[in-house]
Amino acid sequence: MQSEKQSNSLIKRILQSISEAALIPFLAILTAVVIGGIIILLVGGDPIRAYTGLIQGSMGSRKAWSETAVWATPYIFAGLAVALAFKGGLFNIGAEGQLAVGAVFSALIGYALPEWLGFDLPVYIHLPLAIFTGMLTGGIWASIVGFLKAYTGGHEVINTIMMNYIALNTTSYLLNGVMKDKSPTNVIARTPLIAESARMPEIFEGLRVHWGFVLALFVALFIWWLLNKTTLGFEIRTVGLNPDAAKYAGINVKRTIVITMLFSGMLAGLAGSIEVTGLNYRHELGFSIGYGLDAIAIALLGKSHPLGVVLASFLFAAMRNGATRMQFLTQLPVDLISMLQALILLFVAADAIIRYIYRIKAKGERVVLTRGWGG
Amino acid sequence: MDWKRFSFIGVIIVVLFSLVVMVGQVKQPPLLIITSMLATTIAVATPLTLGALSGVFCERSGVVNIGIEGMMLSAAFFGWLGGIYMYNLYGFAPGVSIAVGVFVAILTGAIMALLLAVLSITFKVDQIIGGTVINILAVGLTGFLNRQLFFGKGSVFGGTVPASPGVLPTIHVPITELFTSICGTSATCLESVKAINRVFDQKPVAISAILLVFISHYILFNTRWGLRTRAVGEHPKAADTVGINVVKMRYANVLIGGMFAGLAGAYFTIESVPSFEPLLTNGRGFISLAAMIFGNWTPIGAWAAALVFGASQALLINMQIFRDVIPPQWSFLQESYIVGLTPYILTMFILTGIIGKTTPPAADGVPYEK
Amino acid sequence: MTEKTTTPKVILEVKGVSKQFPGVLASDNVNFDLREGEIHALLGENGAGKSTLMNLIYGLHRPDKGDIIVNEKIASIHSPNDSIALGIGMVHQHFMLIPVFTVAENVMLGDETVKRGSLDRAAVAARINEISKQYGLDIDPNAIVGDLPVGLQQRVEIVKTLYRHAKIVILDEPTAVLTPQEAEDLFRIMHDLTARGVSIIFITHKLKEVLAVADRITVMRAGRVINTVNPAETDSAQLANMMVGRQVILTVDKQDHEATEEILKVEGLSARDQRDLETVHNVSFSVRGGEVFGIAGVQGNGQTELSEALTGLRHPTSGKVTIAGKDLTGKPPRSITEAGLAHIPEDRQRHGLVLSYSITDNMALCDYYRPPFSQHGVIQPKALDENARKLIQAFDVRTPSAFVNAGKLSGGNQQKVIVARELSRPVKLVIANQPTRGLDVGSIEYIHSEIIKMRDRGVAVLLISAELDEIMALSDRIAVMYRGQIVAVVETKNTTREQLGLWMAGAHVETA
Repeated sequence: MQSEKQSNSLIKRILQSISEAALIPFLAILTAVVIGGIIILLVGGDPIRAYTGLIQGSMGSRKAWSETAVWATPYIFAGLAVALAFKGGLFNIGAEGQLAVGAVFSALIGYALPEWLGFDLPVYIHLPLAIFTGMLTGGIWASIVGFLKAYTGGHEVINTIMMNYIALNTTSYLLNGVMKDKSPTNVIARTPLIAESARMPEIFEGLRVHWGFVLALFVALFIWWLLNKTTLGFEIRTVGLNPDAAKYAGINVKRTIVITMLFSGMLAGLAGSIEVTGLNYRHELGFSIGYGLDAIAIALLGKSHPLGVVLASFLFAAMRNGATRMQFLTQLPVDLISMLQALILLFVAADAIIRYIYRIKAKGERVVLTRGWGG
Repeated sequence: MDWKRFSFIGVIIVVLFSLVVMVGQVKQPPLLIITSMLATTIAVATPLTLGALSGVFCERSGVVNIGIEGMMLSAAFFGWLGGIYMYNLYGFAPGVSIAVGVFVAILTGAIMALLLAVLSITFKVDQIIGGTVINILAVGLTGFLNRQLFFGKGSVFGGTVPASPGVLPTIHVPITELFTSICGTSATCLESVKAINRVFDQKPVAISAILLVFISHYILFNTRWGLRTRAVGEHPKAADTVGINVVKMRYANVLIGGMFAGLAGAYFTIESVPSFEPLLTNGRGFISLAAMIFGNWTPIGAWAAALVFGASQALLINMQIFRDVIPPQWSFLQESYIVGLTPYILTMFILTGIIGKTTPPAADGVPYEK
Repeated sequence: MTEKTTTPKVILEVKGVSKQFPGVLASDNVNFDLREGEIHALLGENGAGKSTLMNLIYGLHRPDKGDIIVNEKIASIHSPNDSIALGIGMVHQHFMLIPVFTVAENVMLGDETVKRGSLDRAAVAARINEISKQYGLDIDPNAIVGDLPVGLQQRVEIVKTLYRHAKIVILDEPTAVLTPQEAEDLFRIMHDLTARGVSIIFITHKLKEVLAVADRITVMRAGRVINTVNPAETDSAQLANMMVGRQVILTVDKQDHEATEEILKVEGLSARDQRDLETVHNVSFSVRGGEVFGIAGVQGNGQTELSEALTGLRHPTSGKVTIAGKDLTGKPPRSITEAGLAHIPEDRQRHGLVLSYSITDNMALCDYYRPPFSQHGVIQPKALDENARKLIQAFDVRTPSAFVNAGKLSGGNQQKVIVARELSRPVKLVIANQPTRGLDVGSIEYIHSEIIKMRDRGVAVLLISAELDEIMALSDRIAVMYRGQIVAVVETKNTTREQLGLWMAGAHVETA
């Protein structure tokens, strides 16, 4: 009797906290959609047709669903990267660069390793190796920033942005030079195709959705477990919430910061290598532009919770995927989606505005996501 | 401490400049190389200087502004757009159109700053998130409108980018005229005055940036406004108890900061080149922040730091001088991608604080709660 | 001091003022009046509503109902600007000074003298010198405030009010940061002020001061005025009773206890603060099992850095720290904790707790990585719950459940969570820094008794406190810290308040 009552209240508590957590993002999306509609009207479009196009294009058919999942895959990884960093009190604006680095190195292993070795590798070695390399290089790329933050106080926000530009320039250099696809017809800055043995199989015949999507869901589950059920997760969260108390509690704050950035970068790197091994089979300059900013929006929309990140990734994927159909129906440029996403982010970040519009009382203390310059 | 840091950097720049001169003197007279490099330094430093000033005003009043990049980008777009509309649709003279463009750019900066102010001061949103929202919004907004207005079906300009009214002209600063009589008949004196004049013959935004540095410095440290601004950024509660309206001061300073960023935006599309492309600010807003930090949150310090960035760019632009001297295995260093890395690496290096730590205003980034 | 022939007029009156904050009625129908030229003490323990009342008078908050009458006119005070215009000045407990500004800049802020668009620093400096001379304040207008000692900073605050021609000066807990001798100095200045017609509201929770300096005393408790009395007609016990609402044991019940072997040994320890100034200089002492070793001293004399250097939060620049025979100099906090340290930190919200964690998580904050709380890197929720339930009961933490976030608890209960976590472990040494700051009397009594319990169990206790009374009540031996050095170590029974006060003011250093 007693325990039943307790478990009842526990379920109630969980349900309540979910509905509380989801309320603001939901209203933020709603508000952004309304304002987006107004903007469409202002530029002479038809909002109903536009939104219909979005929904049809993203969920109207088996193929549409598959494509949405394809879009969602890198979003989940990159969103988790930003979310994990947030949990550790770090703002990783550099998912974009980490992703590019991961993609480049995955591609390199994918196309060049058999040449270097002089023989073909079986898929169960080559594919994991390509993925792992991309993940690791992305992680190392990010942990440089973590190291600078922990040991010199260099602020991670500016440093991750600088690392984005450095990644962009360096990959441009590589993709236009030594790593360029040398086939005679090619004029694009891109790598050669990766070997068959480094490619991820499709899940369904004829649809582009690949096993990377399933992996993304598993990784989300893993990150949730890591953060909430392990000692390391406890340390990451404690450092994120109160680094002074973490130090007092005997946690090695500097090491935890580096580890958090490493993990965050590994997730972003995974986003890149999965795109290479699962979808494009090569890395092409410019394919990753915009993922980093989208990832921030996704992490904020998902409240840095792995489940939230998965849902937010689906929303953003659906919008990107549906945009083509929308453009076809209404002649509105695909870039409208960026506007919409920026608005969603605005309202999610500034939940006070949403609370103000819908007269919702604030509950609990404000969560501090980032800190000032005085590292 | 400050002068030590800057003299250190100064020495490095002088050494590098002399290196360029030494290598380059075979082709050009040294004075010409130096003046052209200094002129480039000042010009290239302009958006960084203005961006850093934007940061100084915001952060001195206690609001971290990571949205300078977005403010610059949108100001660059709308300023340019304003000029094009005036010139093409309303048929104004190029001069008037350009002036309107500059005005629109400043206004755009202010509007974006108002959004940051509402988010971070009124709604007390995490200020770094608020700035990021500005940046993302700017990318989305300029990207969308650029496509919709110029390339969309049924777009205003029918699928092409129309002619722009051009760019701001170079202004002749009458240094030579001023000093001609003083120099008298001395040829070397006249020569050097002319050389100095070549350095300062800049375009309007660049010149006003320099003037604004000194005006801002004076305002910040010698006027009532400046005293109150700094008080609000150091200890808002103390300011409140002596009757200073913290919220009002912060709003005003963030708006001023936005206008500076707006002017910086005008530099890109109205002063430098008469065109817009998505993402053209290329991280300059963030580099400005590094300059502001390196300059210890003072206008003159920030300007000096911006000049350091400018000088590094000027050096790289002159890299071609080295073409014949560099051994072939190092020639990849001349690739624009690799050369382009320098400001970013320099920024990260500066942020490590190896060349000296600086201290932000005590209440920087902290929303004020009564 | 001041001869009064007729009843002086009432210069400020508070009538039926109430103020509601979320969850607490901070002012409940308060009536209060201030006569011209008097020192009116406002007495009450932490959270009694004294500061709220003053913030209402000063315009930092607005009352929900009731009137504030200044000079026999109902005043509408919307902001500090209004109260300043009415001649009200306030010296806040936490100084409202900007450390990086000069004295002159701080004083003129909000009331600047401007000549041709720029600040007229010279004119302001002249005014400050004039005021400073008039009241014997001895202030250099061009000094940077952050470089001044706390006592002088307080004078800058007083100059700020006089610069604005204040006739009513509110002093909020002004003696908290002063040595007994500095406090005497302040009382002299207060009397100088009243002699020149200034009226003073003196907020404090220290009974002795009130009896020494006040012309009238108003006691507040839980947002209400309990009574207003004349110092001649009352005594400490009665005031304490009014303050707390019950009989208060003013002394700690403590039996003599034999100290055992040396547990903590500090030799020649030095440490630097954030600004890289050496604030702990060549400190040596030792603490034995079964004794409370108190470190007295005015705030900011290196106590914070000393305790951080001892607990591993700060790296000492030189010297040696030994706990139970183990050299732990410069070791990270975890090694020191594992060697048997319990640390009750100075700032409980910054160091001691993660406010957005539940009580359960906070109760295991230092032990989360060890069995039974963790097995093979995985957290064991059952062990955490069990631990929290046990400690909440044993240490009487008042909370609806263990899931509640620590941030939602009252200050006293937050401190109990820390005390429970730290003292429930098998420890050899307790370092408690300002363990009762800002707490209510009930919690103070409880924490004092827990500290004595540890001592009686043979644990070594290092108590750092700026409250001289607390140090004297709990310690077996007392060290006095002044400008980063230990200037004296004495047995409690062989010393007096006055003697300690002299040391705290650096008398030792000056006579030597």
